[in-house]
Formats: sequence, C-alpha cells, structure tokens
Amino acid sequence: MIGRTMAKGSIVAGCLAPHPPHLVYAENPPQNEPTSEGGWEQLRWGYERLRESLSKIDHDVLVILSPHWQTYVGTHFLGLPHFEGLSVDPIFPNLFRYSYDLNIDVELSKAIHDKAADAGLAVKMMENPDFRVDYGTITTGHMVNPAFDKPLVVISSNRSRHYYSVEVMQEMMMELGRVTRDAILESGKKAVVLASNSLSHRHFTTESDVPEDMSKEHITSHAMHLWDMRIIEYMRTGQAQRIIDEMPEFTEQAIAESDGGGLTWLLSTLTVPSYPAILHGYGTIIGTGNAIVEWPCYAHEEV
Amino acid sequence: MTNPILASYVVPVHPHPLLVPEQNEGWQRLRDAFDEARDHIKECGADLIIIYSTTWPSIIGHQIQADPNPTWTLVDQDFHDLGSMDYSFRIDAEFAEAWNQANHARGLQSRTVAYNGFPIDVGSVVALKLLNPDNAIPAVIVSSNVYANRAETTVLAKSCLDVLQSTGKKAVAVTAMSMSNRMFTEFIEASDDKIHSLKDDEWNRKVLEFLEEGRLEDVAQLSRTIHQQIRVQKVVTFKPMWWLSAMNDNRNDLTGRVLAYEALHGAGGAVVHLDPTSNGMGDKEYDEDDVEVYHGERNVLDAESVDESQASDSVNEHGPALWEPAEGKDAVNTDSAPKPVGLYPHARRVGDLLYLSGVGPRQPGTNAIPGGAIRDGDGNPLEYDIKAQTRAVVENIARILEEAGSSMEKVVDVTSFLVDMDRDFAGYNEVWAETLGHYGPTRTTLAIRALPTPIAVEMKVIAKI
Repeated sequence: MIGRTMAKGSIVAGCLAPHPPHLVYAENPPQNEPTSEGGWEQLRWGYERLRESLSKIDHDVLVILSPHWQTYVGTHFLGLPHFEGLSVDPIFPNLFRYSYDLNIDVELSKAIHDKAADAGLAVKMMENPDFRVDYGTITTGHMVNPAFDKPLVVISSNRSRHYYSVEVMQEMMMELGRVTRDAILESGKKAVVLASNSLSHRHFTTESDVPEDMSKEHITSHAMHLWDMRIIEYMRTGQAQRIIDEMPEFTEQAIAESDGGGLTWLLSTLTVPSYPAILHGYGTIIGTGNAIVEWPCYAHEEV
Repeated sequence: MTNPILASYVVPVHPHPLLVPEQNEGWQRLRDAFDEARDHIKECGADLIIIYSTTWPSIIGHQIQADPNPTWTLVDQDFHDLGSMDYSFRIDAEFAEAWNQANHARGLQSRTVAYNGFPIDVGSVVALKLLNPDNAIPAVIVSSNVYANRAETTVLAKSCLDVLQSTGKKAVAVTAMSMSNRMFTEFIEASDDKIHSLKDDEWNRKVLEFLEEGRLEDVAQLSRTIHQQIRVQKVVTFKPMWWLSAMNDNRNDLTGRVLAYEALHGAGGAVVHLDPTSNGMGDKEYDEDDVEVYHGERNVLDAESVDESQASDSVNEHGPALWEPAEGKDAVNTDSAPKPVGLYPHARRVGDLLYLSGVGPRQPGTNAIPGGAIRDGDGNPLEYDIKAQTRAVVENIARILEEAGSSMEKVVDVTSFLVDMDRDFAGYNEVWAETLGHYGPTRTTLAIRALPTPIAVEMKVIAKI
C-alpha cells in the first residue's frame, strides 16, 4: 500500500472525475431507482481503472469540488458530519433518483474554510440539516468510491466566471486550491482531490427513447473534439500550465464545464503539475466530452 | 378567441420574502406585494396558475411538472442559513400532460416529470407558497430551457394557450424571475441590501416603466438587450418575457402595475401585475416574427427523424395545392383557418344557418398538422396522435364560427370522417366529449378510405348564427 507510513498530510492523487448521472444509471447500483441496459462503457471502464489505481494508494478523505452545487455568494462547504436522502437530478430525473448516505470530514472542511477566509475569499459553512447534496457530488462520489466508506469534503462551485470572467474565476480558484492544499498538509491526512467536471459541454437537446442507446452517442461537433483532445494532451504530457493559460479560450469556445472552477482549483491543489497524468478513459455523454484523469502525486511529490 | 389569461404576474425568485421578510424593510414590501397578488389571484376566478421559472433550467427541451402532489423540503443553495422551505403543492397533472402533447404538436421537444423527491426549484416554491398558500388553485410549472431561443419560448406559450382553449380553463400566468440578477458576491448585512449598481437600478426602473404602461411585448423584444445590460451571463437568460408576452397575445396595451421593486442581495426583485384589460393606449407595433410552430434544430441526435418532422409540417409538399378561399355573397372566410385545398369557402350562410366546408386539423399559416401527418411524402405510414388532430379540428371550427358570429354552443349537427375507425375512434371520441360533445349537437361518424391531405380526421358542421 503506497503512502501508509507517511506522517505529514498530503495530496496523494488528483483526479478529473466528471459527474454525468448517466454513468450511475448505466451501472444499475442498488442506490439508484431507474434501471438500464448499460451504456457509456468506455467511461465506466475508465472509472474502474481509476478505482483500481486509488485502491493502491492509502487515503483518508476525498475532497470534491462540484459544479452542480452552484453558489453565487462565496464558496460554501458542507458543514455537518452526515447527510442522507434522495437525490433526483432535475435535468435527467428519468436516469438518476439515488438514495445517498455519506459522511463529511467537517474538521478538514472547516480548516479549508478558515484558510480561505484568511486569504480574503468569501466562504460559508453549510449547516442546514435539510440541505440536499447535489447530484454532481453524489455521482463523482459514487463512481470513485461506491461504498461511500471514506469521508468527503464537498466544496461548492462559485460562479465567478459568470459574474466576472474566466480570469477572475482562475484567480479565485488558484487561491482556493492553494489554501486547500495547505489545509490538507497541515491536517496530517492523506487526501484525494477531485474536480467533478466534464470538458467540452455542449449537450444534445434531444434524448433517444433508450437513453443508453450508444448508436446515438458522439461528440456534438468536431471543434469540441479538437478542444478536448488538446486539453487531454496537455494533461498526458505534463503541461498543466498550458491548461491554465488557455482556460479562457477553452472555457468559452468549448462551453466547457471548467467554467465552474473545478479544473483550475484541482491543478492549483497539485501546484500545477509538470508530470504526466494518467488518462483512464474518455467518452461522450449526451454529446459532452468527459475524461477520467489521474495525477499520481504520490509518485512525483515529496510527501 | 378570447385569451384565457386572466392576469399575469412577474415575481422574484429569492427566498428572502418568504423566509425572513422582517429582516429588511424592502423584503417586507415585496412580501406585502406577494400578499396583495395572492388576494387578487384568489378572487379572479382562475382555474389554474401557470409558472415559468428561470430557476428550473432544463436541457432536453422544456420540462413540465406532472406530479399531482410534489412534497419535499427545499433548502436554497446559497441562502441555506435563512431556513428550510417545506412544500406540498397541488399540480394539475392532466393539464401538464396535455401541454406536453401540445408542445409536440407544435414541433417542440418537451416532457413531463413526475417523480417522488423531484427538486422543485426555489423560484417556483417561493411563488406558489406565497401566491397560493392553501393550494386553492391547481398549478403547473414549466422549466426554462437553457438552449431555447425566442421562437421556441414563444411556441411554448402558444401550445399552453392551445390547451387552455381546448379545455376552457382560465389561468394566471406567472414568471418567476429577477430583473437585474447581479447579486453581491460577498455576504452582507440584511440592512445593507441595495441594488448592486446604479446602472442595474436605472435599467430595472426603465423595464418596470414599460411594464407599468402595459408594454409587455416591447419588453419581450428588448430581452436580449436587457440580458446584455443587467444580467449576469448565467445559462438561463432573460427569456421569461418572451413566454409571458406570447401568453398575452404579444400585446402592448395591457394594464400594468408595479406592486413592489426592491433589492434582494443586490439583485432586482419586482412584483408586477399585468391585467389583460386594455389601457386604451392602442397596440404599439412590434416587428419580430409571430412564430406558430418550432422548426429549430431539435433533432440533432437522430438525423433520420428530421425528415419525418418536416414532412408532417408541410402537407402541401406532398398534398394538393392550397387555394384562396372562394369569395361570394354569403361566404365566410378567415385567415384564422387553414387554406382550402380547392375552390370553396370556409363556410356559407343560408338564412340563420351556417354550413361549414369540411374542416381538418391543419394549422392556419403553416399547414402543420398537430399530432403529425399520417403518411410521409412517399406514402409510408407514420405514427400520429388522433387526439391532437381532433383537438386541432375543433379549434379550427371554433375560429370559423367566431368569424361568422356564431359559436360552439350553436352547432346543430356534425358529420365526422375518420380514415382509420378501429385505431382512432376512441381517441377522437374522447376529445369530442371534452369539446363539441359538451354542447350537444347531433353527430354522425363515418369511416372513409382517405382525405386529400395526410390527416386522420375531418368534420362537416352545421350551426346556427
């Protein structure tokens, strides 16, 4: 088991872990009410490889930034130790009606919150017990760790890109990533950090009668494919800085879900890595581009 | 036909007037305005409250809530510290299903949703809890599609009107929306709330001035400009005025009143009442297309079905040529009915009786066939909806009767022609019972081999004038 003897807190892996509910639907887990005949196997096999990889790395907590907890007033953190309930996707309710039961590492959440506040970011702990956890968090959480037997830190997606610009979003997310990393290192815990977003994000606006009919699934346009491949190539060749540099064009031209800040935040927590990431899988979901990518920090950083 | 919208309202989406009005005088004024609107809605005789909510985005066309009794506890994603919102609403599921079918008939992608625990959005929850607290009036909620343009949003309203007219229901139309939607991005004290910027405030006041003058269609036509000027570029743009204006026949002479306008964490929140009574100013001109059927790129997933949908919309591509209605001393013709397929009028007066030519479901202007054509241009059979076709026939009959000064109540005798009695009689009969059958004319139903256009039903009507 890699990392078992480490005393200092560390980020042991960083992952791009997109959240389309179709992936949960396709797996027919007992938590999800609708049933399917499969579908999106390339991506689900990719998640299998990611789970296999993470199973070899000792870690205590999963830290997720989800673009489907959208906050306009600051960045928020789930701030109670336990959440359970039924999550119904408001856009694809035919696919995702999932009974969730998950635990939060409130101590680490609060530590990141406090450091972010000290850094001048607007932040808030979410302590309303009636709050329904967003389906992005649940989908990514399920695909990475379906047993939900490790606690999560769940961070909202501040919509500064919409209020200001991609540049302002990046400044805020780079700072949030930095304080996230500092808090994890100080915590003594080993964390996997997860950005729960897709890449190009232009959807089809119709759905086939059988949603998992893979004969209908493809990228919405060649331009979206080119952007996805460009970004993935930067990931695979250790050029994360170029992703940061091209984020404004990528976000605008690929209508990319990186607008939620997750990818920038992720790369910041990893100090913008110059080592290659592992591409576990790529595929499209209702036309959007999705990549499952792991930065194996344990192999490249002093921890 | 008389528009079935008894009143329209614009209401804000933030939870503050519901949960904590006492924390800020402006929030309390918004709450008072909600209460005034509630009282008016209760007394106006509406059968239905229809909500178009900007805080319910959708991707696969529009979604319509069809759970008869959605019940849950909502917590706002941003303002979770203000408290929880328990809700239990009464939804007109039958109307929702009919609206969905009417959307399809007009070329829209849409679907109903009826799932336990479906997360009803904050704008709808605030609106229904404050405007209809005891569920005295059933409601319908429709999403705001993130990809929809003006044409699609306009047609969404027209298909809603189709159902209102075919069911005879009267409704209140509500848009849950902000004016300017730029909030403060930091936490503020309730007492410090104000509109985010002077520019946003000035634009809000100009828009409200238009609405107070009843110039709803002018505001709708300014939607793109308003979005650019005072809206944060979120996925759901300033579309609700397109819908609300179409629900009011794109008028500019409504009677408007702004009940309140206040800041909600920096955003502009207004409660506006638009009464259909003409304010006497005359209908100001507007210049955008009045769209009847959506012809957008909705079939990107399956290119094969594009041909089918186009075939059903253009009967004259593979049917007989269309004619101008025959004129004559006693002829009755109207642009509100489909053009004939030969030289004859829509109807003819004889004494105090009115004889209508055979009426089918084709739509005036577009020739689209609600429910779809029964065959394609090569004669291959297609799936179609007999109920949507029958409903459209009845609507065309009503338009011709109205032009002649008659009405549905005065229909004496009807002869109906079906091309597939076994398949279609039950559906046709169901719509008959809901519409013409309600007024008690005699009726004869015949099976025939074909009609000149690819439709499944036609009716021949005699009425008193």
